[in-house]
Amino acid sequence: MSDASISTGPRKPPITAVGPIAWAKTNLFSGWLSTAVTLALGYLLIKAALSFVDWAFINAIWSVPSNAQGPQTQICRDMQGSGACWAVIGEKHRFMLFGTYPYEEHWRPALACVLFVVLYIISAIRRFWRWELALVWIGMLTAIGMLMWGGIFGLSYVPQERWGGLPITLILATFGLAFAFPLSILVALGRRSSLPAIKVLCVLYVELIRGVPLISLLFMASVMFPLFLPEGMNIDKLLRAQIAIILFAGAYLAEVVRGGLQALPKGQYEAADAMGLSFWQKTGLIILPQALRMVIPPLVNTFIGFFKDTSLVLIIGIFDLLTAGKTAIVEPAWQGFGVEVYVFIGSIYLIFCYAMSKYSRGLEAELNRHRHR
Amino acid sequence: MSASADLAQIASAAKADAPPAIELAGVNKWFGALHVLRDVNLAVAPGERVVVCGPSGSGKSTMIRCINRLEMHQEGRIAVEGIELSDDVRALDAIRREVGMVFQSFNLFPHLTVLENCTLAPIWVRRMPKKDAEELAMELLARVKIPEQAKKYPGQLSGGQQQRVAIARALCMRPKIMLFDEPTSALDPEMIKEVLDVMVELAGTGMTMMVVTHEMGFARQVADRVVFMDQGEVVEVGTPDQVFNAPKTDRLKLFLSQILRGH
Ligand SMILES: Nc1ncnc2c1ncn2[C@@H]1O[C@H](COP(=O)(O)OP(=O)(O)OP(=O)(O)O)[C@@H](O)[C@H]1O
Ligand SMILES: [Mg+2]
Repeated sequence: MSDASISTGPRKPPITAVGPIAWAKTNLFSGWLSTAVTLALGYLLIKAALSFVDWAFINAIWSVPSNAQGPQTQICRDMQGSGACWAVIGEKHRFMLFGTYPYEEHWRPALACVLFVVLYIISAIRRFWRWELALVWIGMLTAIGMLMWGGIFGLSYVPQERWGGLPITLILATFGLAFAFPLSILVALGRRSSLPAIKVLCVLYVELIRGVPLISLLFMASVMFPLFLPEGMNIDKLLRAQIAIILFAGAYLAEVVRGGLQALPKGQYEAADAMGLSFWQKTGLIILPQALRMVIPPLVNTFIGFFKDTSLVLIIGIFDLLTAGKTAIVEPAWQGFGVEVYVFIGSIYLIFCYAMSKYSRGLEAELNRHRHR
Repeated sequence: MSASADLAQIASAAKADAPPAIELAGVNKWFGALHVLRDVNLAVAPGERVVVCGPSGSGKSTMIRCINRLEMHQEGRIAVEGIELSDDVRALDAIRREVGMVFQSFNLFPHLTVLENCTLAPIWVRRMPKKDAEELAMELLARVKIPEQAKKYPGQLSGGQQQRVAIARALCMRPKIMLFDEPTSALDPEMIKEVLDVMVELAGTGMTMMVVTHEMGFARQVADRVVFMDQGEVVEVGTPDQVFNAPKTDRLKLFLSQILRGH
């Protein structure tokens, strides 16, 4: 009878079918070949991890003595690379983070960085996604500008040429994406416009910018752009680089957004039209919310790419985080400690990029809830 | 001829005296070189229920989509509630406010809840306060018998439920005219009835309706007139009785024999 089997109730699967042991058995030790590969890779992995720990912690030197000639790095050199010389970070981190900004005023760029992070966190919370958020952005960015430049509220004036390090990277990335993203949406919409002039303009923009390396755009912005300007008029070098980055990022993001627009079924447009929604209502309420949700992964991918690409401004002599790091080890006493510096700077980039990636995964899951039953 | 058909004829004759809700006069449309609407003339009186049938590709969808300008016609005149469709955006907006449309594939907005789907147009197009729009939406969701699904997303509903939401969504704009393009063709057989029941109920309220469908039972039950189209032309127009029981043209006879075999 079928009733008899139901009355016993559901049973748990056998212990060999679930849990970590079962997982390891099916994924790591499913046959002699996979067992051999697992063991070999495991050995290499553990060996690499152990030697990293040796280098980074056990044999590492955390500080070096100093005398009248400056820091004595001989003990670091005596290690011949068997241990990290973290003393270089302790000694030079202020320069790497803030570049040539006046030393006594370092609290200002530091506070600016904190404000940036606060701004990111506020913007990440969906509850705050209202138009008032735009005011918060304007307020925060103004505050950051006042901190960096000074010249008011008793803050001494610091010309832009002396800014450097992390604030530069955050400024380029934040303004870059904050302007490039809306620009890209307009361009993506424009490429689908029924007005030929707008369409041609948008296609030209995307194809021209995409066909040129960012480095050459930056060169053009720094060298050629001033030639076109009237005598005496001079746009800040940072601003020129910023515009180049916005234009470049805008073209790439526009293609990502266009992909989302194309993936949307025609019926969505028709239903919105039939209801009498205007073009902007239809776009803002129906089309973009769906199209952008679909392209969150490639969108964030592009965001992360551009966060790191801001480091290319080093070729036109702007002191971003990476350039400041390179410059920090030009001094003879610290020459040869590049690995430590790059590990330090790399981890700063990693923290920001990983946060973006982690956040986007959460956002994607949350915004696409409606797709699941 | 049966008594009910006589009555229907009298009713539609009486309605024909009023200015038409929808008027198509000499309408022609091409897709590239393909002539899909050929000199279509049709007037729908206020409160009249018209069923449009015809073989696949005969231009039924194109015709009703021209009425709210989801497609543009190239020749002839289309007027809705006395407003002529033209390049004037205000005329189009006015017409789209008066005309609700239900699609074969529902076309609900998947990122919005059922309730938000229903309140969207009243809030943004009619500028109705959110609270009023929600009350209205709940009232209409109750009328299509799914008020308990208001907080769900369309993807969580069955096809029949989704199509009933789509009907409620269109009704939330308080339209004077409802267009249906094969509203039951994408549904499993067991869900067709729940949607047709809602449409029959709607017909009972005196709504002007134009319905593309092959549901003969529905046509006989609610239609004042049936329009038969073939190859972009309106071939026959008459009461359900005249069209289904006494076809005059060979084309209609052939079509009827085909769909009767299909059912
Ligand atoms: N956007 C379009 N571009 C080009 N041709 C089209 C387009 N839409 C429809 N057609 C063609 O126009 C003709 C009429 O199409 P329509 O969709 O109006 O037919 P229908 O009567 O609704 O058919 P069905 O019963 O299959 O829905 C068909 O030959 C179709 O292939
Ligand atoms: Mg059709």
